[in-house]
Amino acid sequence: MTENPGIASVADLLAHAHAMESEAHERYLDLAEQLELHRNVEVATLFRKLAQIEQLHVRKILDRVGALELPHLSPWEYRWLDDEAPEAASIGEAHYMMTPHHALSLALRAEQRALDFYSSVLEGGGNSSVQELARELAVEEREHVELVKTWLAKYPEPGADWAEDPDPPVYQE
Amino acid sequence: MNTQTVSASAARAYKSDVKPVWCPGCGDFTVLSAITKAFAELGLPPEQVAVVSGIGCSSRIPAYLNTYGFHGVHGRATALATGLKLARPDLTVVVASGDGDGFSIGGNHFLHACRRNVDLTYIVMDNRVYGMTKGQPSPTTEPDWDNALTPGGTGLRAFNPLVIALASGANFIARGFSGDPVGTARLIVEAIETPGFSFVEVLSPCVTFRPDQRDWRNAVRPAPVQPTGDIGAAARRLMTDDGFNLGVLYVGSRTPYQTHRTAAPVSPSEIEQQFAV
Amino acid sequence: MSEDSAEFGNVSIALTGSGGAGVITAGAMLLDAAARAGCYGMFVRSSGPQIRGGEAAALIRLSMQPVEAQDDVFHLLVGLDWHNIERFAVELPLAANSLVIADPANGPPPEVIIETGARIVEVPLKDMAKAVPNGRPNMVALGLIAGLTGLPEETLQAALAKVLEGKGEKALQASLAAALAGLATSAGLEFDRRLPAATGHEKSRWQISGNQAAGLGAIRGGVRFVAAYPITPATEILEWLAAGLAKVGGALVQAEDELASINMIIGASYGGTPALTATSGPGLALMTESIGLAVASEVPIVVIDVMRGGPSTGIPTKSEQSDLNIALFGLHGDAPHIVVAPASIGDCVFTANWAVHLAESLQVPALVLSDQFLGQSRAIIDQPADLAFATQRLTVETVGDGYRRYALAAGGVSPMAIPGTPGGQYTAEGLEHTPRGMPSSQVTDHVAQLDKRRDKILGFDYGDHWAQITEDVDSDLAIITWGSTAGPVREALNRLRAGGRTFRLIVPRLLAPASPQRMAAALRGVKRALVIEQSHSAQFFHYLRGYFDLPCPADSYHRPGPLPFRPGELVEQIANWSAA
Repeated sequence: MTENPGIASVADLLAHAHAMESEAHERYLDLAEQLELHRNVEVATLFRKLAQIEQLHVRKILDRVGALELPHLSPWEYRWLDDEAPEAASIGEAHYMMTPHHALSLALRAEQRALDFYSSVLEGGGNSSVQELARELAVEEREHVELVKTWLAKYPEPGADWAEDPDPPVYQE
Repeated sequence: MNTQTVSASAARAYKSDVKPVWCPGCGDFTVLSAITKAFAELGLPPEQVAVVSGIGCSSRIPAYLNTYGFHGVHGRATALATGLKLARPDLTVVVASGDGDGFSIGGNHFLHACRRNVDLTYIVMDNRVYGMTKGQPSPTTEPDWDNALTPGGTGLRAFNPLVIALASGANFIARGFSGDPVGTARLIVEAIETPGFSFVEVLSPCVTFRPDQRDWRNAVRPAPVQPTGDIGAAARRLMTDDGFNLGVLYVGSRTPYQTHRTAAPVSPSEIEQQFAV
Repeated sequence: MSEDSAEFGNVSIALTGSGGAGVITAGAMLLDAAARAGCYGMFVRSSGPQIRGGEAAALIRLSMQPVEAQDDVFHLLVGLDWHNIERFAVELPLAANSLVIADPANGPPPEVIIETGARIVEVPLKDMAKAVPNGRPNMVALGLIAGLTGLPEETLQAALAKVLEGKGEKALQASLAAALAGLATSAGLEFDRRLPAATGHEKSRWQISGNQAAGLGAIRGGVRFVAAYPITPATEILEWLAAGLAKVGGALVQAEDELASINMIIGASYGGTPALTATSGPGLALMTESIGLAVASEVPIVVIDVMRGGPSTGIPTKSEQSDLNIALFGLHGDAPHIVVAPASIGDCVFTANWAVHLAESLQVPALVLSDQFLGQSRAIIDQPADLAFATQRLTVETVGDGYRRYALAAGGVSPMAIPGTPGGQYTAEGLEHTPRGMPSSQVTDHVAQLDKRRDKILGFDYGDHWAQITEDVDSDLAIITWGSTAGPVREALNRLRAGGRTFRLIVPRLLAPASPQRMAAALRGVKRALVIEQSHSAQFFHYLRGYFDLPCPADSYHRPGPLPFRPGELVEQIANWSAA
């Protein structure tokens, strides 16, 4: 596990947590809209549900923030482990014919990255209140991971021909 | 709480309620998101921003934004944006294009936009293919890429847009990758903040016609160099570049081109006097 | 057949020379002197393909009446030399009573001159110039012409002083001395075309070219942004505007090509600044795709096409009315737009101004069809009236939620949000779109927007500006013409009227949208019509036949450039037609 010593205060960690949950929420909404536009209703509905769950997480973070003043961070000032906020499902992995199995696998990877992030904060040391908060958030995130795993178990991996489309792409402009 | 941290929502305010027609998985989604993040970061009022485009998948972007926009004809976006910016220097003008629109049919305008160095930000989403017309090779396509229009590949060397931009006088040259949304947002912020013509190539995979480009994720890397203002060093850097180095690769200090407006205009009837007998 | 109007005071002069002889400068000075003397006049330059040093001719017509055409013959030809005069011969018709001034230093005049039967008089122009320190033969010729045509010495002096301003007192004195030598020599020569002394005139006059006039009209109309690519014969509009716009607070940008210039003006106009470009046929061809964009996205722009001989590179330095079809029909799709044409040099001011007014009012591209003859000829005219259109683009100041840029408003013109207007954000769209501007391929949207773009143009009140209807409105014979051809037609009809034959003359300024009802009203009572134009394929005639319900049999007289119409040619054609 990569250490993440950069998170120095509760406000800083909450800023990250809030950004992470917000981005996750927005990303699921984006994916839901994409799949709706491509008439993949089943997966779109699933992404909408995931978005709703993330919205609840955003609210929970905001409850923790309370009256605390959070620092302003530019997108590139967040100390994520990877290229972007960890809980945002990787948008480049979407496919118009993706199945719930793919969608939930995508979500699982995102939740796992979120858990990894909090774990990295824990391992990075920092003051006790940061540690305490990171531990709580990690616990919650682990619950999410387990939840998605259970959900995913209901959708076995589809056959190799899942993306087969008998029709060609459409000429546009 | 401090509302400034609500970056995702702030960025979302720059999106319109029109849903993109791009294929799920397309890199352009991330570029759209990076553009909105950049606008949010710069705190630009949406009515003070105009996004101009031509034709192609990437050129659909203006409709997806809550700024002013112009979806024009194929290849002429930089020219249209030049007219807009010169007439309205108060606006932030961003041009969105693709490799076909920007480098093939719009090639001449690309040269002259770099040369003219008007204060524009030119974002080209490069997927090395024409998507809207179903997968033909563009100027940046590899010579051996097989397709229906040029079976067996074009046999033509790919065009190096960053080198062309440098040679033509662009003042800011950067490369981003759609798989790196934060980095791309940062490049766009810097491009907008840098006076003059800023060129940002964003590698943006086409999942439908170039599924092989999903591997770009493993090919890209942060450029192992700092931005330079030394045009000779930049030229060497760009000429030897494999196309996958990300970051700001050149920042010059050319003064942007502006049209000068007299502070004391006279009335048309005054200039008519020159014709009086 | 031709019956010219010597009794009014009317003389046509050609001054030829090559290789730096300075005939064009001398011609400009002559026109300026004539303007000061109270004459009307027109100055046309004709030159070879060389950028410099080639053969050139200054063709000047002076009259006590307004001049809109070259005359049938030149009454006076002054040859500084005869190099390659053969290529001009067909442009320089001479009659037996024409006077040719030849310099014996150039040897005998060429056969093409001698065979005209014109009276040839030798004057040693070069030797006379040599007699003056730093004297030049073109100035001797200028003085000679001024003397022969009766221009007062002081007008010549003033013209020299104006043109040579900045060349220094020495140069001015040398030129003046040479000109006075020529003037003195004229006294001993017989010439029956001397202009009467002007008696003063009420209207103030201008000396202006059609290209300058079009530029001025654009500025009067409110144009403050121009993007352009140089092209003959439109470049003078752009060069004049570059300086003119700088004074009135606008700007001109030189684009990399016409594809860029048209898009730059669309961008500027989208930003709220009335914008224009000027070009000629090849440039217009390149612009047509984007003019269609301006139609679809409803962005007002003005494009001036100074027509030249076509197709392809054609004859860049000569006039032709052969871009009518591309201006009317060159856009793909159903793309309603405005096409207007000035009917004289002075009318270039009005028509360009009107084009801006129409474009801005209707949020549509307006094409102005001028031509090389109007554009590059310089004339002394009565000062054109300033009609001061109250041009105002329909915009929105404050916008609530749900702004619809392409709303189906009554009359078809929907308010435009200018960037910077909060809440007005929209995407100007070249794809077919919904009232909000969202791309749409739905039949209802397509039909609604097609109707909108058509109706706003058809429903507009163009008033009496749509055409000039003059001469004898009671006549049951009508002549229909357009653009620069109207000038020689008017002069031909004047001559015919002097012979007791009258015609109704209709010169439409508004070429698109087609206005068949207006034309039918103008033709009420007409039994036959003759359509006259400078086009090999009779484009205007076929347009009228196709889109107007001509309530009378119509015939066509048409021919291509490069030779201009002369009144005598048209008198003959019209007389034969009316007698048939």
